[in-house]
Amino acid sequence: MFRNVAELVEIAEKENILISDVMIRQEMEVTEKSYDEVFEQMDKNLLVMEEAIERGINEKVTSVSGLTGGDAVLLQKYIQSGKSLAGDFHLDAVSKAIATNEVNAAMGTICATPTAGSAGVVPGTLFALKHKVNPSRGKMVRYLFTSGAFGLVVANNASISGAAGGCQAEVGSATGMAAAAIVELMDGTPKQSAHAMAIALKNMLGLVCDPVAGLVEVPCVKRNAMGASNAIVAADMALAGIESRIPCDEVIDAMYKIGQAMSLDLRETAGGGLAATPTGKELEAKIFGASHKK
Amino acid sequence: MKYRTVFDIIGPVMIGPSSSHTAGAARIGRVARTLLGKQPKWVEISFYGSFAKTYKGHGTDVALVGGLLDFDTFDQRIKDSLKIAEDLGVEIKIQEEDAVPEHPNTAKIRLGTCEEDTLELVGISIGGGKIEIVELNGFLLRLSGNHPAILVVHDDRYGVIAAVSNVLAKHEINIGHMEVSRKEKGKEALMVIEIDQNVDDILLAEVASLPNICKVTKIHD
Repeated sequence: MFRNVAELVEIAEKENILISDVMIRQEMEVTEKSYDEVFEQMDKNLLVMEEAIERGINEKVTSVSGLTGGDAVLLQKYIQSGKSLAGDFHLDAVSKAIATNEVNAAMGTICATPTAGSAGVVPGTLFALKHKVNPSRGKMVRYLFTSGAFGLVVANNASISGAAGGCQAEVGSATGMAAAAIVELMDGTPKQSAHAMAIALKNMLGLVCDPVAGLVEVPCVKRNAMGASNAIVAADMALAGIESRIPCDEVIDAMYKIGQAMSLDLRETAGGGLAATPTGKELEAKIFGASHKK
Repeated sequence: MKYRTVFDIIGPVMIGPSSSHTAGAARIGRVARTLLGKQPKWVEISFYGSFAKTYKGHGTDVALVGGLLDFDTFDQRIKDSLKIAEDLGVEIKIQEEDAVPEHPNTAKIRLGTCEEDTLELVGISIGGGKIEIVELNGFLLRLSGNHPAILVVHDDRYGVIAAVSNVLAKHEINIGHMEVSRKEKGKEALMVIEIDQNVDDILLAEVASLPNICKVTKIHD
């Protein structure tokens, strides 16, 4: 059993296998299931992600509150106009992350990765990669095991809950997980995956959880968008050979401690940050009416 | 290790918008329903911390009631659970509490069918849809709801734990995690036994027939 990223990388290197192999093997041991059972279960989750993205980029979904929806469609159209500055692949990932979160906000069916509020980053980057490098279905399923391996370490050593650790614990974790998985899909080493995760998460540290009206919409949808963007850049940096000076496990530990130091107002209580801005308050009053007490 | 499987991280498949405030709430409700063993006639829900502040926005109430109606996290009916509960004649009361809980996402649920048949539990949603039941009828415990489990209310006497585990051994059931909690020495105690597979009613009846056993219930995957 790996308890941290250092052990995860060490097992993969020692046995000359991928991070996803380490995760699959551990899953088989813990749950006493066969390779095929574990793989098929993940394949089902992949299908849920694909359906959510397809819905989000093709349909103009709208949340019950009306705060979010339709931005994934806008971005897809913009990509097709050929004017994009960031690049088509980059924005494709961003739009697919948005698509997932828009479907989530509309009470649609999604797969939490690691949470529902941060469900866009991992599938968003994955399905943009599908479009760009056309990986096999098996490689796509492995992407989720690699993400999951890094996510497990964060969940057990820090937190993946916005109420406990702020948005850095949710979108931050998801961004690190995606960065690590991109590296493996692009044939980087386990060590490079760890550096990608560290670089990505470092740049999400301190991010607070301040949802307007307590809804998983503003700013959650756009934070997933930027998380997807951050993950791609972090992965590219790691694949270029850039290393994080602070080891991944220490970044995770720092994230945990920052979360503990965060005021309660900034941890999913809708009491501070963007939720407490004049416009945030106004939107809240409009959605819930004046009777909704805070 | 709080999180054991990769599907705690890549999963659950669920109706949005929040894994802790929607899927987790549905799971807490479903464990309560399972422990009661039938559809409740009335339910009193108290929300604490982040649950109290944001339950309307996250649909925590809707999801929790969905769980009480035995809906899973991905069940489309969750969205309409309040209406469905009303149609079924289940009386629902919701309170926002000011007290600061140990965990920010805490819900206390009282539910029942009549005066004698009630249950009170406290559940926390620890992130990514994962939950723990931390209190049941005043007993402190730690129950994930992710594994089949047997709950035994018994008199706090010597030999009771051995007798129960002997029955499990006879049926070749392996114990994954076990804990015993009591409110007072020599009075009522609660045994929580997490096991690897579902058990049948014959085994439960056998446990129930042992001396000093008051009540036996099970929850399963």
